[in-house]
Amino acid sequence: MSNGKRMGGFTLILIGIVAGIVLWGGFNTAMEATNTEEFCISCHEMEQAVYQELQETIHFSNRTGVRATCPDCHVPKEWVHKIIRKIKASNELYHKMLGTIDTVEKFEEKRLELAQNVWKEMKDTDSRECRNCHNFDSMDFDRQAERSADRHDEAIDAGYTCIDCHKGIAHSLPAGYDPANDLPGDPEE
Amino acid sequence: MGLLMNSQLMFRAMMENEMKKTILVMMAAVLTLFFTASAMSEVMSLRGNSDLNAMAEKPAKKTVQSIKGGIARSYKLQPPMTPHTVDKYKINLKNNGCLKCHSEKTYKKEKSPKVGDSHYITRDGKTQSTISSRRYFCNQCHATQMGAEPLVKNLFEGVK
Repeated sequence: MSNGKRMGGFTLILIGIVAGIVLWGGFNTAMEATNTEEFCISCHEMEQAVYQELQETIHFSNRTGVRATCPDCHVPKEWVHKIIRKIKASNELYHKMLGTIDTVEKFEEKRLELAQNVWKEMKDTDSRECRNCHNFDSMDFDRQAERSADRHDEAIDAGYTCIDCHKGIAHSLPAGYDPANDLPGDPEE
Repeated sequence: MGLLMNSQLMFRAMMENEMKKTILVMMAAVLTLFFTASAMSEVMSLRGNSDLNAMAEKPAKKTVQSIKGGIARSYKLQPPMTPHTVDKYKINLKNNGCLKCHSEKTYKKEKSPKVGDSHYITRDGKTQSTISSRRYFCNQCHATQMGAEPLVKNLFEGVK
């Protein structure tokens, strides 16, 4: 019965499409759920230290009322990079279970190392997450303070990336890190 | 009889006494009221003579000034005032945000005034290569300015 066979094929395709939508949608919804500030600070490790510091910075409250939350800076927007970051995050779950930084003291001890990891990642990606919002192309240097405009001009010419200068803008700088020793364009870099 | 008369007299005397007291108390009350009223009319509330139900005058909003070239000192040895915003910079045990530009290592590149030489001397008179801990908290002396007019006008002029 070719008619019945055809009907079976249609049903199969239809089931496939519906299942695809449900599964894909579910997957994406679940992933987006882990991409919220609420999810990030549901661990006390994030809530008690880094989130407290963020609240004092311009990325948390400012003139125009735009807020950058944890994933805006720490999770890539593009899908492939996002998935890679999410897989890497399994290491964070592992250390959560080990309790590597489950007190503020333990965190402070590791802060320099952790900060350097993030700085390196941002440098390697040319500050990709910063540039989701901040682009040289959309910057009006005339509206900037003279010092800022001069330094941004210099940065474009020399090919610096955001994180080269803007360290410790959303969280406290680690003890033992002296920004004076880390100016971009230093001979040792 | 004599006894009765006596007690009647005593009663009258007592009544007169009471009357006198009452009059005195009333006079005192009237006087107090008078003085209180006159005193009240002279006392002015800290919020001025504005009506309780009227809104107080809103002070003009001030923001931290950015002054190119810095602010001139008003007297010798005055700690220079901070001519820019500082809200992005933190000073704590781990870090001092001001030193990102003003330290001996960076001031040339950042074209910013270097921390005064006196700030490298400890209380024992030793000169250090880094800032002395007693001078670490910059904003104890160096303050940002909002350009607020003095509340009471005065004729102060800084040294030239």
